[in-house]
Amino acid sequence: MTFQLQTLHWALIGIWGLLAVASMIVYAISRRSPETMSELVARTRSWWVMVAIFTISFLVSNTLSIVVFALVSFLALKEYFSMIPTRRADRRVLFWAYLAIPVQYFWVYDGYYGMFAVFIPVYMFLFLPFASLLTQQTEGFLKAVGTLNWGLMLCVFSVSHAAFLLILPPTDANSAGGAGLLLFLIFLTQFNDVAQYTWGKLLGRHKIVPGVSPNKTWEGFLGGVATTFVLALVTAPLVTPFDMAHAAMAGLLIPVAGFIGDVTVSALKRDLGVKDTGSLIPGHGGILDRIDSLTYTAPLFFHFTRYFYY
Amino acid sequence: MLQKAFYVLVRIVVLFLLGLNVRRKELLPTRGPAIIVANHNSHLDTMVLMALMPLSRLKDIKPVAAADYFFSSPVKAWVSEHVLGIIPVERGGTRGAKDPLQGCYDALDEGKVLILFPEGSRGEPEQMTDLKKGVSYLAERCPQAPAVPVFTHGLGKALPRGSFLLVPFFCDIFVGKPITWEGNRTQFMNTLRDRFAALSTEKTFAPWE
Repeated sequence: MTFQLQTLHWALIGIWGLLAVASMIVYAISRRSPETMSELVARTRSWWVMVAIFTISFLVSNTLSIVVFALVSFLALKEYFSMIPTRRADRRVLFWAYLAIPVQYFWVYDGYYGMFAVFIPVYMFLFLPFASLLTQQTEGFLKAVGTLNWGLMLCVFSVSHAAFLLILPPTDANSAGGAGLLLFLIFLTQFNDVAQYTWGKLLGRHKIVPGVSPNKTWEGFLGGVATTFVLALVTAPLVTPFDMAHAAMAGLLIPVAGFIGDVTVSALKRDLGVKDTGSLIPGHGGILDRIDSLTYTAPLFFHFTRYFYY
Repeated sequence: MLQKAFYVLVRIVVLFLLGLNVRRKELLPTRGPAIIVANHNSHLDTMVLMALMPLSRLKDIKPVAAADYFFSSPVKAWVSEHVLGIIPVERGGTRGAKDPLQGCYDALDEGKVLILFPEGSRGEPEQMTDLKKGVSYLAERCPQAPAVPVFTHGLGKALPRGSFLLVPFFCDIFVGKPITWEGNRTQFMNTLRDRFAALSTEKTFAPWE
């Protein structure tokens, strides 16, 4: 027990240290050109706030962490519903979709895996079209049902997989248990975002998906994957039950899936003609801009771990 | 006291359930005399504008609202006056000798901030109707009070007229530059319309029908 707490504490201290170093670098750069770097400074400041919220909820209790993830899902879904076209007649349907959040996270809290895995993709999937047809307004029905379900899957179902990691018990190979896995997932997903961005800024030349996201380059993508891969190998023995082969697989899965999540939300934004999904996090945009990668990495990493270790 | 407690509650609902994206909050007047002129889509409009004010200033912020709606029963009238701090206005022009805007003149003379919805009614949510001229009479009578246009979007989606179910949406609040009185009512109304037209096209909003 004492050892478990120590490992996680060290991991958290490592993250704070990394953030401090990154902030000093940003500070040094911003002194040279204060105007062009103001967004980077705002972004770094927001990182401190986000890491603080995450650390506090992580240290206080699993339950609080689950509540925080539920709030993240709520904010993301609200952002999604606010930026997509919706029908006035569907107000009630949107309300039901919001209600799915506490229910889904209750299954997480309860550790009820069977229900957690089917509640949204089966029950909400079947219920929302029914609720929508009760409006008796068929014009735009298909579009409404499709967009509402996708939002629920992306913002609630996907993200709740990160919270479900917390429920996974410690094993012989991994005294840090689910908390360690969650830390591993969140840290690598977010670190990979920053790494891909940084490599892209430094070396980016060849565009990777210009039709969707003109700023993404092969150099950024590969640089990010390589950096995250190395970091996964180094940190996996500390907080996960993975052997080297599985650590390597996770080290590829997270950056690749993270990239796909990122460009998927980019495609959505481009379709809607918006630059950011919101303005909740200064320097980053909306909350969906911050967790876009996580919507892909969380379910994939969860099932990877569950398949091999639980 | 009751008013403060009420608006603390409102603040929690507005900031957590809805979430506001406010542009140029610094232009919002917290000290009078001043007139906040906003478009009207929902009962939430007043709540949101009040929620943006410092708690200590609330007693001097006065929403102007229809007497026939908010003062239609003794209970409503008491809540409107003591909790919401509403100044009643008779709709449908002058009936009798008293100027229907007299309450507003008095409040401005006392240095209050008025919140005015010159569309006159919430109407169809998220659709602006023509502005009524009452606000220009206020500006003429109290030229020292700047009129600050505020365009809101999303509140009519969250709680439209005729609904009791609040559905969360992020809402946009765009504050415009204050308009000062320049001696002509028609010109004043045109400037106001132009300001609203500019504010409402600052962002492309998601379609909602």
